[in-house]
Amino acid sequence: MKTERMLTTPEIGTDPVLPPGTRGPRGWSRIRRIPALMAGGVMLLLLILLAVFIPWISPFDPTAQDLSSFLQPPSAEHWLGTDQLGRDLFTRLIYAARTDLGIMVLAEIIPFCSGIAIGLLAGYYGGWVNTIVSLVTDTFIAFPFYLIVIIVAFASGAGAKGIYITFVLVGWIVFARVSRGLAASLREQEWIASAQTLGLPGWRILLRHLLPNILPQAVVVLMTDMVGVLVAIVTLGYLGIGIAPPTPDWGTMIADGQSFMTTAWWLSAVPGFAVVYTGIALSLLGDGLADLWRRKS
Amino acid sequence: MSADLRIEHVQVRYGGFTALHDLTLHVPANTTLGLVGESGSGKSTLARAVAGLIVPAEGRMTLGGRALDKRRSREQRKQIQMIFQNPDASLNPRHSVRGILSEALLFHKMTRGRAQTEQRCRELLEQVRLPADSLDKYPHEFSGGQRQRIAIARALSVEPELLIADEPTSALDVSVQRDVLELFLEIRERLKLTVLFISHDLGVIHAVSDTVAVMRQGELVEFAPKERFFVRPETEYGRELLAAVPKMPIAAGSAERNLTF
Repeated sequence: MKTERMLTTPEIGTDPVLPPGTRGPRGWSRIRRIPALMAGGVMLLLLILLAVFIPWISPFDPTAQDLSSFLQPPSAEHWLGTDQLGRDLFTRLIYAARTDLGIMVLAEIIPFCSGIAIGLLAGYYGGWVNTIVSLVTDTFIAFPFYLIVIIVAFASGAGAKGIYITFVLVGWIVFARVSRGLAASLREQEWIASAQTLGLPGWRILLRHLLPNILPQAVVVLMTDMVGVLVAIVTLGYLGIGIAPPTPDWGTMIADGQSFMTTAWWLSAVPGFAVVYTGIALSLLGDGLADLWRRKS
Repeated sequence: MSADLRIEHVQVRYGGFTALHDLTLHVPANTTLGLVGESGSGKSTLARAVAGLIVPAEGRMTLGGRALDKRRSREQRKQIQMIFQNPDASLNPRHSVRGILSEALLFHKMTRGRAQTEQRCRELLEQVRLPADSLDKYPHEFSGGQRQRIAIARALSVEPELLIADEPTSALDVSVQRDVLELFLEIRERLKLTVLFISHDLGVIHAVSDTVAVMRQGELVEFAPKERFFVRPETEYGRELLAAVPKMPIAAGSAERNLTF
Protein backbone atom coordinates (compact mmCIF):
# COMPACT_ATOMS: atom_id res chain seq x y z
CA MET A 1 0.00 0.00 0.00
CA LYS A 2 2.80 2.30 0.85
CA THR A 3 4.43 1.94 -2.53
CA GLU A 4 1.11 2.52 -4.23
CA ARG A 5 0.70 5.81 -2.46
CA MET A 6 4.17 6.88 -3.44
CA LEU A 7 3.46 6.17 -7.05
CA THR A 8 0.25 8.10 -7.23
CA THR A 9 0.89 11.15 -5.09
CA PRO A 10 3.70 13.39 -6.21
CA GLU A 11 5.79 14.92 -3.45
CA ILE A 12 4.75 18.34 -2.30
CA GLY A 13 6.91 21.07 -3.73
CA THR A 14 8.31 19.08 -6.60
CA ASP A 15 7.22 19.68 -10.11
CA PRO A 16 7.15 16.44 -12.04
CA VAL A 17 8.91 16.60 -15.39
CA LEU A 18 6.22 16.34 -17.98
CA PRO A 19 6.78 14.49 -21.22
CA PRO A 20 6.44 16.63 -24.33
CA GLY A 21 2.92 16.88 -25.63
CA THR A 22 1.27 17.01 -22.22
CA ARG A 23 0.24 20.09 -20.33
CA GLY A 24 1.17 21.01 -16.82
CA PRO A 25 -1.45 22.19 -14.35
CA ARG A 26 -2.94 25.50 -15.36
CA GLY A 27 -4.42 28.56 -13.75
CA TRP A 28 -5.55 28.36 -10.17
CA SER A 29 -4.07 24.99 -9.26
CA ARG A 30 -0.67 26.18 -10.41
CA ILE A 31 -0.91 29.37 -8.39
CA ARG A 32 -1.95 27.41 -5.30
CA ARG A 33 1.25 25.40 -5.44
CA ILE A 34 3.43 28.43 -4.82
CA PRO A 35 3.25 29.44 -1.15
CA ALA A 36 5.03 32.78 -1.64
CA LEU A 37 2.54 33.80 -4.31
CA MET A 38 -0.43 32.77 -2.18
CA ALA A 39 0.87 34.45 0.97
CA GLY A 40 1.86 37.69 -0.77
CA GLY A 41 -1.40 37.79 -2.69
CA VAL A 42 -3.55 37.22 0.38
CA MET A 43 -1.62 39.78 2.46
CA LEU A 44 -1.92 42.44 -0.20
CA LEU A 45 -5.53 41.64 -0.98
CA LEU A 46 -6.43 42.00 2.71
CA LEU A 47 -4.84 45.43 2.85
CA ILE A 48 -6.51 46.55 -0.37
CA LEU A 49 -9.93 45.33 0.83
CA LEU A 50 -9.49 47.20 4.11
CA ALA A 51 -8.43 50.35 2.26
CA VAL A 52 -11.39 50.17 -0.09
CA PHE A 53 -14.03 49.43 2.54
CA ILE A 54 -12.70 51.48 5.46
CA PRO A 55 -15.53 54.09 5.29
CA TRP A 56 -17.99 51.26 6.04
CA ILE A 57 -15.73 49.44 8.51
CA SER A 58 -14.89 52.39 10.74
CA PRO A 59 -17.35 54.97 12.09
CA PHE A 60 -14.54 57.52 12.57
CA ASP A 61 -13.32 60.32 10.35
CA PRO A 62 -9.53 60.05 9.84
CA THR A 63 -9.01 63.79 10.27
CA ALA A 64 -11.67 64.66 12.88
CA GLN A 65 -9.99 65.67 16.11
CA ASP A 66 -11.41 64.83 19.51
CA LEU A 67 -9.17 66.37 22.15
CA SER A 68 -11.30 64.96 24.97
CA SER A 69 -10.04 61.46 24.22
CA PHE A 70 -6.42 61.81 23.12
CA LEU A 71 -3.65 59.22 23.50
CA GLN A 72 -5.99 56.45 24.53
CA PRO A 73 -4.66 52.88 24.58
CA PRO A 74 -6.32 50.27 22.35
CA SER A 75 -9.90 49.49 23.38
CA ALA A 76 -13.08 48.00 21.97
CA GLU A 77 -14.09 51.37 20.58
CA HIS A 78 -10.66 52.45 19.31
CA TRP A 79 -9.04 49.18 18.16
CA LEU A 80 -5.55 50.68 18.08
CA GLY A 81 -6.17 53.59 20.42
CA THR A 82 -6.08 57.29 19.54
CA ASP A 83 -3.29 59.72 18.70
CA GLN A 84 -2.30 62.99 20.34
CA LEU A 85 -5.23 64.78 18.68
CA GLY A 86 -7.75 62.09 19.62
CA ARG A 87 -8.04 60.64 16.12
CA ASP A 88 -8.71 56.92 15.80
CA LEU A 89 -5.37 55.26 14.95
CA PHE A 90 -6.79 52.25 13.07
CA THR A 91 -8.90 54.49 10.83
CA ARG A 92 -5.91 56.74 10.12
CA LEU A 93 -3.70 53.74 9.45
CA ILE A 94 -5.99 52.36 6.78
CA TYR A 95 -6.73 55.77 5.22
CA ALA A 96 -2.95 56.25 5.11
CA ALA A 97 -2.72 52.97 3.19
CA ARG A 98 -5.09 54.52 0.64
CA THR A 99 -2.85 57.57 0.32
CA ASP A 100 0.49 55.78 0.26
CA LEU A 101 -0.43 52.77 -1.87
CA GLY A 102 -2.30 55.02 -4.30
CA ILE A 103 0.70 57.28 -4.77
CA MET A 104 2.99 54.24 -4.97
CA VAL A 105 1.01 52.71 -7.84
CA LEU A 106 0.52 56.01 -9.69
CA ALA A 107 4.19 56.91 -9.32
CA GLU A 108 5.23 53.62 -10.95
CA ILE A 109 2.94 53.64 -14.00
CA ILE A 110 4.89 56.07 -16.18
CA PRO A 111 8.37 54.81 -15.15
CA PHE A 112 7.30 51.20 -15.77
CA CYS A 113 6.04 51.90 -19.29
CA SER A 114 8.73 54.33 -20.35
CA GLY A 115 11.52 52.21 -18.84
CA ILE A 116 10.42 49.12 -20.73
CA ALA A 117 10.04 51.09 -23.97
CA ILE A 118 13.49 52.65 -23.65
CA GLY A 119 15.08 49.35 -22.65
CA LEU A 120 13.49 47.45 -25.53
CA LEU A 121 14.58 50.00 -28.12
CA ALA A 122 18.12 50.16 -26.75
CA GLY A 123 18.49 46.40 -26.41
CA TYR A 124 16.99 45.50 -29.77
CA TYR A 125 18.46 48.16 -31.98
CA GLY A 126 21.77 48.54 -30.13
CA GLY A 127 24.06 51.13 -31.68
CA TRP A 128 24.02 54.71 -30.52
CA VAL A 129 20.63 54.42 -28.80
CA ASN A 130 22.08 51.70 -26.62
CA THR A 131 25.22 53.73 -25.91
CA ILE A 132 23.22 56.74 -24.75
CA VAL A 133 20.83 54.68 -22.62
CA SER A 134 23.68 52.82 -20.91
CA LEU A 135 25.46 56.07 -20.26
CA VAL A 136 22.39 57.68 -18.69
CA THR A 137 21.42 54.65 -16.60
CA ASP A 138 24.96 54.14 -15.33
CA THR A 139 25.23 57.81 -14.40
CA PHE A 140 21.97 57.75 -12.46
CA ILE A 141 22.90 54.53 -10.70
CA ALA A 142 26.07 56.20 -9.45
CA PHE A 143 23.99 58.92 -7.72
CA PRO A 144 22.65 58.20 -4.23
CA PHE A 145 18.95 57.60 -4.84
CA TYR A 146 17.68 59.47 -1.77
CA LEU A 147 19.76 62.52 -2.62
CA ILE A 148 17.86 62.82 -5.90
CA VAL A 149 14.54 62.16 -4.20
CA ILE A 150 15.08 64.81 -1.53
CA ILE A 151 16.41 67.42 -3.98
CA VAL A 152 13.45 67.00 -6.33
CA ALA A 153 10.95 66.91 -3.45
CA PHE A 154 12.38 70.17 -2.11
CA ALA A 155 12.45 71.80 -5.53
CA SER A 156 8.88 70.87 -6.41
CA GLY A 157 7.38 71.54 -2.99
CA ALA A 158 5.95 69.07 -0.50
CA GLY A 159 3.16 66.67 -1.38
CA ALA A 160 2.53 63.91 -3.85
CA LYS A 161 3.66 66.03 -6.82
CA GLY A 162 7.31 65.88 -5.79
CA ILE A 163 7.13 62.12 -5.54
CA TYR A 164 5.56 61.78 -8.98
CA ILE A 165 8.15 64.06 -10.56
CA THR A 166 11.02 62.22 -8.88
CA PHE A 167 9.88 58.85 -10.11
CA VAL A 168 9.12 60.01 -13.64
CA LEU A 169 12.71 61.29 -13.70
CA VAL A 170 14.56 58.37 -12.15
CA GLY A 171 12.12 55.46 -11.76
CA TRP A 172 12.39 54.27 -15.38
CA ILE A 173 16.06 53.40 -14.99
CA VAL A 174 15.51 50.10 -13.19
CA PHE A 175 13.05 48.92 -15.83
CA ALA A 176 15.20 50.15 -18.69
CA ARG A 177 18.21 48.23 -17.37
CA VAL A 178 16.30 44.99 -16.97
CA SER A 179 14.51 45.12 -20.31
CA ARG A 180 17.59 46.30 -22.16
CA GLY A 181 19.58 43.31 -20.95
CA LEU A 182 16.82 40.87 -21.76
CA ALA A 183 16.12 42.38 -25.18
CA ALA A 184 19.80 42.29 -26.07
CA SER A 185 20.06 38.60 -25.23
CA LEU A 186 16.72 37.63 -26.80
CA ARG A 187 17.69 39.48 -29.97
CA GLU A 188 20.24 36.75 -30.64
CA GLN A 189 17.55 34.07 -30.47
CA GLU A 190 16.71 32.51 -33.76
CA TRP A 191 12.99 33.22 -33.53
CA ILE A 192 13.81 36.91 -33.75
CA ALA A 193 15.84 36.28 -36.92
CA SER A 194 12.88 34.27 -38.24
CA ALA A 195 10.50 37.14 -37.56
CA GLN A 196 12.87 39.38 -39.51
CA THR A 197 13.05 37.09 -42.53
CA LEU A 198 9.25 36.78 -42.48
CA GLY A 199 9.25 40.49 -43.32
CA LEU A 200 7.79 41.69 -40.03
CA PRO A 201 8.68 45.28 -39.18
CA GLY A 202 10.72 46.27 -36.13
CA TRP A 203 7.81 47.67 -34.12
CA ARG A 204 5.95 44.42 -34.46
CA ILE A 205 8.94 42.36 -33.39
CA LEU A 206 9.33 44.65 -30.37
CA LEU A 207 5.67 44.53 -29.36
CA ARG A 208 4.62 41.01 -30.26
CA HIS A 209 7.83 39.06 -29.84
CA LEU A 210 10.09 40.79 -27.34
CA LEU A 211 7.61 42.52 -25.03
CA PRO A 212 5.67 39.38 -23.97
CA ASN A 213 8.97 37.68 -23.15
CA ILE A 214 10.22 40.62 -21.09
CA LEU A 215 7.04 41.58 -19.28
CA PRO A 216 7.09 38.81 -16.62
CA GLN A 217 10.59 39.75 -15.52
CA ALA A 218 9.66 43.44 -15.55
CA VAL A 219 6.59 42.78 -13.37
CA VAL A 220 8.74 40.90 -10.86
CA VAL A 221 11.10 43.88 -10.76
CA LEU A 222 8.08 46.18 -10.43
CA MET A 223 7.01 44.40 -7.24
CA THR A 224 10.41 44.86 -5.60
CA ASP A 225 10.72 48.38 -6.90
CA MET A 226 7.33 49.35 -5.46
CA VAL A 227 8.67 48.49 -2.01
CA GLY A 228 11.41 51.04 -2.62
CA VAL A 229 8.89 53.63 -3.78
CA LEU A 230 6.72 53.05 -0.72
CA VAL A 231 9.69 53.45 1.60
CA ALA A 232 10.64 56.66 -0.23
CA ILE A 233 7.10 58.06 0.18
CA VAL A 234 7.11 57.18 3.87
CA THR A 235 10.61 58.60 4.34
CA LEU A 236 9.64 61.90 2.75
CA GLY A 237 6.53 62.01 4.94
CA TYR A 238 8.66 61.32 8.00
CA LEU A 239 11.07 64.12 7.05
CA GLY A 240 8.16 66.50 6.58
CA ILE A 241 8.66 67.00 2.83
CA GLY A 242 6.15 64.38 1.67
CA ILE A 243 2.41 64.20 2.15
CA ALA A 244 1.25 67.28 4.06
CA PRO A 245 -0.93 66.85 7.16
CA PRO A 246 -3.78 66.37 7.87
CA THR A 247 -3.91 63.79 5.03
CA PRO A 248 -3.08 60.51 6.73
CA ASP A 249 0.27 59.00 5.70
CA TRP A 250 2.41 56.39 7.41
CA GLY A 251 5.51 58.59 7.34
CA THR A 252 3.96 61.56 9.14
CA MET A 253 2.24 59.17 11.55
CA ILE A 254 5.59 57.65 12.53
CA ALA A 255 7.08 61.13 12.96
CA ASP A 256 4.13 62.40 15.02
CA GLY A 257 4.18 59.40 17.32
CA GLN A 258 7.85 59.80 18.11
CA SER A 259 7.26 62.35 20.90
CA PHE A 260 5.09 59.80 22.74
CA MET A 261 7.45 56.85 22.43
CA THR A 262 7.55 56.18 26.19
CA THR A 263 3.81 56.52 26.88
CA ALA A 264 2.15 55.38 23.62
CA TRP A 265 4.78 53.46 21.66
CA TRP A 266 2.16 51.96 19.30
CA LEU A 267 1.58 55.35 17.67
CA SER A 268 4.88 54.96 15.76
CA ALA A 269 5.16 51.19 15.84
CA VAL A 270 1.82 50.47 14.13
CA PRO A 271 2.42 52.54 10.97
CA GLY A 272 5.99 51.22 10.92
CA PHE A 273 4.61 47.71 11.00
CA ALA A 274 2.23 48.58 8.17
CA VAL A 275 5.18 49.58 5.97
CA VAL A 276 6.99 46.34 6.77
CA TYR A 277 3.81 44.32 6.17
CA THR A 278 3.25 45.89 2.74
CA GLY A 279 6.90 45.46 1.86
CA ILE A 280 6.83 41.78 2.75
CA ALA A 281 3.58 41.27 0.83
CA LEU A 282 4.99 42.86 -2.34
CA SER A 283 8.27 40.96 -2.07
CA LEU A 284 6.49 37.65 -1.62
CA LEU A 285 4.25 38.43 -4.54
CA GLY A 286 7.28 39.27 -6.69
CA ASP A 287 9.06 36.06 -5.69
CA GLY A 288 5.93 34.02 -6.27
CA LEU A 289 5.31 35.50 -9.72
CA ALA A 290 8.93 34.84 -10.69
CA ASP A 291 8.49 31.26 -9.55
CA LEU A 292 5.22 30.90 -11.44
CA TRP A 293 6.64 32.17 -14.70
CA ARG A 294 9.87 30.23 -14.34
CA ARG A 295 7.92 27.00 -14.04
CA LYS A 296 5.80 27.86 -17.05
CA SER A 297 8.75 28.17 -19.42
CA MET B 1 8.05 28.70 -57.56
CA SER B 2 11.76 28.81 -57.80
CA ALA B 3 14.50 31.25 -58.64
CA ASP B 4 18.25 31.10 -58.96
CA LEU B 5 20.53 32.76 -56.45
CA ARG B 6 23.56 34.67 -57.64
CA ILE B 7 26.16 35.97 -55.20
CA GLU B 8 28.82 38.24 -56.67
CA HIS B 9 31.92 39.45 -54.87
CA VAL B 10 30.19 39.55 -51.50
CA GLN B 11 32.28 40.63 -48.56
CA VAL B 12 31.15 40.71 -44.92
CA ARG B 13 33.09 42.43 -42.17
CA TYR B 14 32.53 42.41 -38.43
CA GLY B 15 34.36 45.50 -37.25
CA GLY B 16 37.93 44.92 -38.37
CA PHE B 17 37.46 41.20 -39.00
CA THR B 18 36.59 40.04 -42.48
CA ALA B 19 34.26 37.04 -42.19
CA LEU B 20 33.65 36.61 -45.91
CA HIS B 21 36.20 37.48 -48.59
CA ASP B 22 34.97 38.34 -52.05
CA LEU B 23 32.61 35.39 -52.45
CA THR B 24 31.02 34.52 -55.75
CA LEU B 25 28.51 31.67 -56.11
CA HIS B 26 25.64 30.63 -58.28
CA VAL B 27 22.81 28.33 -57.23
CA PRO B 28 20.63 27.43 -60.25
CA ALA B 29 16.87 27.41 -59.78
CA ASN B 30 15.42 24.28 -58.19
CA THR B 31 18.79 22.91 -57.12
CA THR B 32 20.45 22.51 -53.74
CA LEU B 33 23.86 23.86 -52.87
CA GLY B 34 25.51 22.02 -50.00
CA LEU B 35 27.79 24.30 -48.04
CA VAL B 36 30.48 22.61 -45.96
CA GLY B 37 33.36 23.80 -43.86
CA GLU B 38 34.61 23.80 -40.29
CA SER B 39 33.11 26.14 -37.70
CA GLY B 40 34.24 29.69 -38.23
CA SER B 41 34.62 29.16 -41.95
CA GLY B 42 31.90 31.69 -42.73
CA LYS B 43 29.07 29.31 -43.65
CA SER B 44 26.55 30.84 -41.29
CA THR B 45 27.72 34.35 -42.10
CA LEU B 46 27.02 33.67 -45.76
CA ALA B 47 23.60 32.25 -44.88
CA ARG B 48 22.71 35.29 -42.78
CA ALA B 49 23.94 37.67 -45.47
CA VAL B 50 21.78 35.93 -48.08
CA ALA B 51 18.79 36.01 -45.72
CA GLY B 52 19.30 39.74 -45.23
CA LEU B 53 20.02 39.43 -41.52
CA ILE B 54 23.44 41.02 -41.93
CA VAL B 55 24.40 43.60 -44.49
CA PRO B 56 27.46 42.84 -46.63
CA ALA B 57 30.10 45.51 -46.96
CA GLU B 58 30.64 44.80 -50.63
CA GLY B 59 29.15 42.88 -53.52
CA ARG B 60 25.68 42.18 -54.87
CA MET B 61 23.15 39.38 -54.78
CA THR B 62 20.27 38.58 -57.08
CA LEU B 63 17.38 36.17 -56.74
CA GLY B 64 15.70 35.14 -59.96
CA GLY B 65 17.50 37.98 -61.71
CA ARG B 66 16.13 40.64 -59.35
CA ALA B 67 18.63 42.45 -57.18
CA LEU B 68 18.42 42.00 -53.41
CA ASP B 69 18.92 45.41 -51.85
CA LYS B 70 21.17 46.00 -48.90
CA ARG B 71 18.13 47.19 -47.00
CA ARG B 72 15.63 44.54 -47.91
CA SER B 73 11.99 45.35 -48.52
CA ARG B 74 9.34 43.15 -46.86
CA GLU B 75 8.71 41.46 -50.21
CA GLN B 76 12.39 40.70 -50.66
CA ARG B 77 12.67 39.29 -47.15
CA LYS B 78 9.72 36.97 -47.67
CA GLN B 79 11.32 35.36 -50.73
CA ILE B 80 14.14 33.94 -48.64
CA GLN B 81 13.40 31.92 -45.52
CA MET B 82 15.78 30.29 -43.11
CA ILE B 83 15.69 27.23 -40.89
CA PHE B 84 18.06 27.32 -37.96
CA GLN B 85 20.12 24.84 -36.08
CA ASN B 86 18.77 25.12 -32.56
CA PRO B 87 15.17 23.96 -32.23
CA ASP B 88 15.03 25.33 -28.67
CA ALA B 89 15.62 28.89 -29.84
CA SER B 90 13.84 28.88 -33.16
CA LEU B 91 10.28 29.36 -31.86
CA ASN B 92 8.95 32.17 -29.67
CA PRO B 93 8.12 30.40 -26.37
CA ARG B 94 5.09 32.62 -25.75
CA HIS B 95 3.35 32.07 -29.07
CA SER B 96 1.10 29.12 -29.83
CA VAL B 97 1.71 27.15 -33.00
CA ARG B 98 -1.31 28.88 -34.52
CA GLY B 99 0.24 32.25 -33.65
CA ILE B 100 3.60 31.21 -35.08
CA LEU B 101 2.17 29.96 -38.38
CA SER B 102 -0.45 32.63 -38.90
CA GLU B 103 1.52 35.73 -37.94
CA ALA B 104 3.09 36.37 -41.35
CA LEU B 105 -0.08 35.25 -43.16
CA LEU B 106 -2.12 37.84 -41.31
CA PHE B 107 0.47 40.59 -41.42
CA HIS B 108 1.06 40.30 -45.17
CA LYS B 109 -2.67 39.69 -45.75
CA MET B 110 -1.91 36.46 -47.57
CA THR B 111 -5.18 34.90 -46.46
CA ARG B 112 -8.65 36.38 -46.33
CA GLY B 113 -10.71 35.89 -43.25
CA ARG B 114 -10.42 33.65 -40.23
CA ALA B 115 -11.53 30.45 -41.92
CA GLN B 116 -8.98 30.73 -44.69
CA THR B 117 -6.15 31.48 -42.27
CA GLU B 118 -7.12 28.47 -40.20
CA GLN B 119 -7.27 26.35 -43.32
CA ARG B 120 -3.81 27.49 -44.41
CA CYS B 121 -2.34 26.77 -40.95
CA ARG B 122 -3.74 23.25 -41.09
CA GLU B 123 -2.28 22.77 -44.58
CA LEU B 124 1.11 23.90 -43.34
CA LEU B 125 0.99 21.46 -40.44
CA GLU B 126 -0.03 18.70 -42.80
CA GLN B 127 2.93 19.49 -45.02
CA VAL B 128 5.30 18.88 -42.11
CA ARG B 129 3.22 15.90 -40.94
CA LEU B 130 2.12 17.25 -37.59
CA PRO B 131 -1.40 16.64 -36.27
CA ALA B 132 -3.91 19.49 -36.59
CA ASP B 133 -4.40 19.65 -32.81
CA SER B 134 -0.86 21.03 -32.55
CA LEU B 135 -2.24 24.47 -33.40
CA ASP B 136 -3.24 25.27 -29.82
CA LYS B 137 -0.04 24.02 -28.24
CA TYR B 138 3.07 25.93 -27.26
CA PRO B 139 6.66 25.22 -28.32
CA HIS B 140 7.68 23.67 -24.98
CA GLU B 141 5.12 20.93 -25.52
CA PHE B 142 7.03 19.57 -28.52
CA SER B 143 10.20 17.55 -29.00
CA GLY B 144 13.21 18.94 -30.86
CA GLY B 145 12.28 17.23 -34.11
CA GLN B 146 8.68 18.43 -33.90
CA ARG B 147 9.84 21.98 -33.22
CA GLN B 148 12.05 21.83 -36.27
CA ARG B 149 9.01 20.78 -38.29
CA ILE B 150 7.08 23.75 -36.97
CA ALA B 151 10.00 25.97 -37.96
CA ILE B 152 9.87 24.50 -41.47
CA ALA B 153 6.10 25.09 -41.64
CA ARG B 154 6.62 28.70 -40.54
CA ALA B 155 9.22 29.20 -43.27
CA LEU B 156 6.81 27.79 -45.86
CA SER B 157 3.96 30.03 -44.70
CA VAL B 158 5.24 32.97 -46.79
CA GLU B 159 5.81 30.83 -49.90
CA PRO B 160 9.55 31.47 -50.27
CA GLU B 161 11.57 30.89 -53.42
CA LEU B 162 14.82 30.18 -51.62
CA LEU B 163 15.19 28.19 -48.44
CA ILE B 164 18.32 28.37 -46.32
CA ALA B 165 18.87 25.51 -43.93
CA ASP B 166 21.63 26.22 -41.42
CA GLU B 167 22.51 22.84 -39.90
CA PRO B 168 18.82 22.01 -39.49
CA THR B 169 19.40 18.50 -38.19
CA SER B 170 22.66 18.67 -36.26
CA ALA B 171 21.02 19.45 -32.91
CA LEU B 172 18.62 16.52 -33.23
CA ASP B 173 18.86 12.89 -32.18
CA VAL B 174 20.20 10.64 -34.90
CA SER B 175 16.89 8.79 -35.24
CA VAL B 176 15.00 12.07 -35.65
CA GLN B 177 17.56 13.54 -38.04
CA ARG B 178 16.60 11.11 -40.75
CA ASP B 179 12.87 11.89 -40.50
CA VAL B 180 13.38 15.63 -40.62
CA LEU B 181 15.79 15.31 -43.52
CA GLU B 182 13.38 13.13 -45.49
CA LEU B 183 10.60 15.60 -44.87
CA PHE B 184 12.86 18.39 -46.02
CA LEU B 185 13.71 16.58 -49.26
CA GLU B 186 10.07 15.82 -49.92
CA ILE B 187 9.02 19.44 -49.44
CA ARG B 188 11.86 20.64 -51.62
CA GLU B 189 10.72 18.40 -54.47
CA ARG B 190 7.05 19.27 -54.11
CA LEU B 191 7.51 23.03 -53.88
CA LYS B 192 10.43 23.15 -56.32
CA LEU B 193 12.57 25.21 -53.97
CA THR B 194 16.08 26.47 -54.45
CA VAL B 195 18.02 25.51 -51.34
CA LEU B 196 21.17 26.59 -49.59
CA PHE B 197 21.96 23.76 -47.21
CA ILE B 198 24.65 24.14 -44.59
CA SER B 199 26.09 21.22 -42.73
CA HIS B 200 29.36 19.96 -41.39
CA ASP B 201 28.06 16.43 -41.89
CA LEU B 202 29.26 15.25 -45.30
CA GLY B 203 26.80 12.36 -45.27
CA VAL B 204 23.92 14.82 -45.05
CA ILE B 205 25.48 17.04 -47.71
CA HIS B 206 25.81 14.05 -50.01
CA ALA B 207 22.17 13.16 -49.50
CA VAL B 208 20.72 16.59 -50.26
CA SER B 209 23.05 18.48 -52.58
CA ASP B 210 23.36 18.93 -56.31
CA THR B 211 26.40 21.12 -55.94
CA VAL B 212 28.90 21.32 -53.11
CA ALA B 213 30.74 24.41 -51.96
CA VAL B 214 33.58 24.13 -49.47
CA MET B 215 34.44 27.15 -47.36
CA ARG B 216 37.47 27.85 -45.25
CA GLN B 217 38.39 31.01 -43.37
CA GLY B 218 35.77 33.05 -45.16
CA GLU B 219 36.77 31.95 -48.64
CA LEU B 220 35.36 29.53 -51.15
CA VAL B 221 37.98 26.84 -51.67
CA GLU B 222 36.03 24.38 -53.75
CA PHE B 223 32.84 24.60 -55.81
CA ALA B 224 31.86 21.52 -57.76
CA PRO B 225 28.97 19.26 -58.71
CA LYS B 226 28.33 16.70 -55.99
CA GLU B 227 29.39 13.72 -58.09
CA ARG B 228 32.74 15.24 -58.81
CA PHE B 229 33.40 16.52 -55.30
CA PHE B 230 32.73 13.23 -53.55
CA VAL B 231 34.82 11.20 -55.99
CA ARG B 232 37.60 13.54 -57.02
CA PRO B 233 37.88 16.63 -54.82
CA GLU B 234 40.09 19.21 -56.49
CA THR B 235 41.79 20.68 -53.47
CA GLU B 236 43.90 19.25 -50.70
CA TYR B 237 41.42 20.66 -48.15
CA GLY B 238 38.52 18.90 -49.87
CA ARG B 239 40.41 15.61 -49.69
CA GLU B 240 41.15 16.20 -46.01
CA LEU B 241 37.48 16.81 -45.27
CA LEU B 242 36.44 13.62 -47.01
CA ALA B 243 39.19 11.62 -45.36
CA ALA B 244 38.03 12.87 -41.95
CA VAL B 245 34.60 11.30 -42.31
CA PRO B 246 34.53 8.33 -39.95
CA LYS B 247 33.87 4.82 -41.27
CA MET B 248 33.37 5.90 -44.82
CA PRO B 249 35.70 4.08 -47.18
CA ILE B 250 36.17 6.80 -49.77
CA ALA B 251 39.16 5.13 -51.31
CA ALA B 252 37.26 1.92 -51.90
CA GLY B 253 35.81 3.29 -55.12
CA SER B 254 32.24 2.66 -54.05
CA ALA B 255 32.05 5.99 -52.32
CA GLU B 256 28.69 6.85 -53.81
CA ARG B 257 26.94 3.90 -52.28
CA ASN B 258 28.54 4.11 -48.86
CA LEU B 259 27.92 7.76 -48.33
CA THR B 260 24.43 7.88 -47.03
CA PHE B 261 23.11 9.88 -44.19
